Amino acid sequence: MIISIASGKGGTGKTTVACGLASVINNCVYIDCDVEEPNGHILLKPKISFEESSYKNIPKINNDLCNFCNKCTEVCEYNALLNFKTEIYLIDELCHSCGACTYFCPQKAITEVKKENGKIRVGETSNNILFYDAYLKIGEASAAPLIKKVKNAYEGDRPVVIDSPPGTSCSMLEAVKDSDFCILVTESTPFGFNDLKLAINVLRQINIPYGIVINKYDENFSLLDEYIHDNRLNLLLRIPFRMDIAESYSKGELPTETVKEYKVMMVELLEKIKKELVEKEYV
Amino acid sequence: MFDKHYKQIVILSGKGGTGKTTVATALSEIAEDKVVIDTDVDAANMHLVFDYYINAEYDYFGGKKAEIIPDKCSQCGICESVCRFDAIKDFKVNRTSCEGCGFCFRVCPDNAISFYESKSGVYSECELEDHSKFYYAQLLAGEGNSGKLVSEIKKKAYENVKENVKWIIIDGPPGIGCPVNASLSGVDFVVIVTEPTQSGLHDLKRLINLLNIFKIPSGVIINKFDINTDMSNSIEEFINPKGITLLAKIPFDQKFIRAIQNSKTIVEYDHTYVERFKTIWNDIQKIILN
Amino acid sequence: MLIAVTSSGDSLDSLVNEKFGRCQYFIIVDPDTMKFEAVPNIAENMQGGAGPKAAEILINKSIKVLLTGHVGDKAEEALKRGNIKMVDGIKSDLKVREAITNYLSKK
Repeated sequence: MIISIASGKGGTGKTTVACGLASVINNCVYIDCDVEEPNGHILLKPKISFEESSYKNIPKINNDLCNFCNKCTEVCEYNALLNFKTEIYLIDELCHSCGACTYFCPQKAITEVKKENGKIRVGETSNNILFYDAYLKIGEASAAPLIKKVKNAYEGDRPVVIDSPPGTSCSMLEAVKDSDFCILVTESTPFGFNDLKLAINVLRQINIPYGIVINKYDENFSLLDEYIHDNRLNLLLRIPFRMDIAESYSKGELPTETVKEYKVMMVELLEKIKKELVEKEYV
Repeated sequence: MFDKHYKQIVILSGKGGTGKTTVATALSEIAEDKVVIDTDVDAANMHLVFDYYINAEYDYFGGKKAEIIPDKCSQCGICESVCRFDAIKDFKVNRTSCEGCGFCFRVCPDNAISFYESKSGVYSECELEDHSKFYYAQLLAGEGNSGKLVSEIKKKAYENVKENVKWIIIDGPPGIGCPVNASLSGVDFVVIVTEPTQSGLHDLKRLINLLNIFKIPSGVIINKFDINTDMSNSIEEFINPKGITLLAKIPFDQKFIRAIQNSKTIVEYDHTYVERFKTIWNDIQKIILN
Repeated sequence: MLIAVTSSGDSLDSLVNEKFGRCQYFIIVDPDTMKFEAVPNIAENMQGGAGPKAAEILINKSIKVLLTGHVGDKAEEALKRGNIKMVDGIKSDLKVREAITNYLSKK
């Protein structure tokens, strides 16, 4: 079972819910895919047992074999290769590692070498959650390859919770795309509402079943509830705004451990999702 | 031609949800002789609280996509074997996964692949109530290359800057990735909005690392600071020795949420905040102009 | 021996633009004749790699000396690789013409 947690808007409480959920699932694996700003470790406090650099492939041009035919600069759609007259120069931050330049060089002057694009960490929490996260190297253009790597770092059968980056672009897509179910966390504001609709669009395009959690719920903002009701969307949970939850979070404490009702809500959320997944298997 | 007659400020946060857009819209409303740009193209929000007219809309072509033409395809499978993005299965290109590298297009022995500029977003040129120009963009679902769209929307804004404009105020993207890099080009000052949480401090540090590379001066606003005054003090202690100005500490106030829920900026919703943000704006101006 | 100056405009009387990768024009001058070419900087609005792209433009125009305000790390490396001598610290209150005469008189 792979459950991803995403949100259009940042700051809705996605990581809090993801970590909370992971803490009530037996034998859980938690993977923090927000590689630009990973925060799961703050709440889950894993003991890191292993850390390794992550690499992406970049081309290396052998100047002795290169005859400056410019084939590589022509096939590079990302302007990562420049002709400096005495050498072909690579801007590695722009390289998407597609392999085209290497393949098409008529002189076979290009080989692929590894360049560090971040690091992946593995650890375990005090309540036996297997923990993975990744840090994108600052200045690196593309998060998606690192997200893919950290997701694939776990290959077993344990249930997995994937904490997606915020937004609706290709990073979020990469994080959620193989999950069995996606929880969209939103908030009772027009910002949350607007961005929820964008996130729903993405999930529909890749056919992932989803449900909605409204965090910092405020009944005064009815637009969101009306939209969910009118479109018969799957509302899983409303988490009311509470100062004690906010304070816990601010201290880096997991609310499932400090606020009883929060743990109850996470268990409720898990039961609902399990039920839906079981139902889908029988359909 | 003269050197630019305006200064550029971008509001960033690293972490989402700290109140970046709230601050950006408030400062935008207070400032005069300005142009406003929303570069959070992944999830643009400024337009939800501004009163504005749309003057023009533009399609954004962020990259190319490949498509297999079934009639020409001999199903040799070479395309699938070279695609590094898992975008080709059963002789069909998954448009969302396709990164537009063109490898399949160039390698196909049947010339069965069409490779074309694909619309990946839209951006709008608008006017606020005081006739200031306002630009925002929206990337289509699942698309990449947001950095490029940020550059494009900034370029559009620069093309039409009137002589009287003194400030370009930019609501930046969250995170530290390349859309943030793109939002920073040409910028004179960064306002970082953070919150008194462990996550906020963690992300603030990563963001400051990035800003050091760019050598752009910055100031910090600690939003909702009284939720955890210890954390708030930690943030102050962290930024002080780095020469980063503490611009303001704003207490938590339900009114901020109410304002957004009513589709208004905080200064419009509650006039007692006008003075507060005027002070912040004046302090920012003083730092930049000295 | 051609000199390039980063500029906000397209003539010798335009002001120097201090930012290498993001200037609007490169004014390329033959100091012996003061004949010049104004080359638009196509890297100006690039998402990333503007500095190295700008260096590519200059390298392919056989520039030997660059006069500018400041250059980023990536651009600096690119210019070195292209064997272009970089003179930075030029201020934007100077005209292109003045920057060149100052440089030549200091040699």
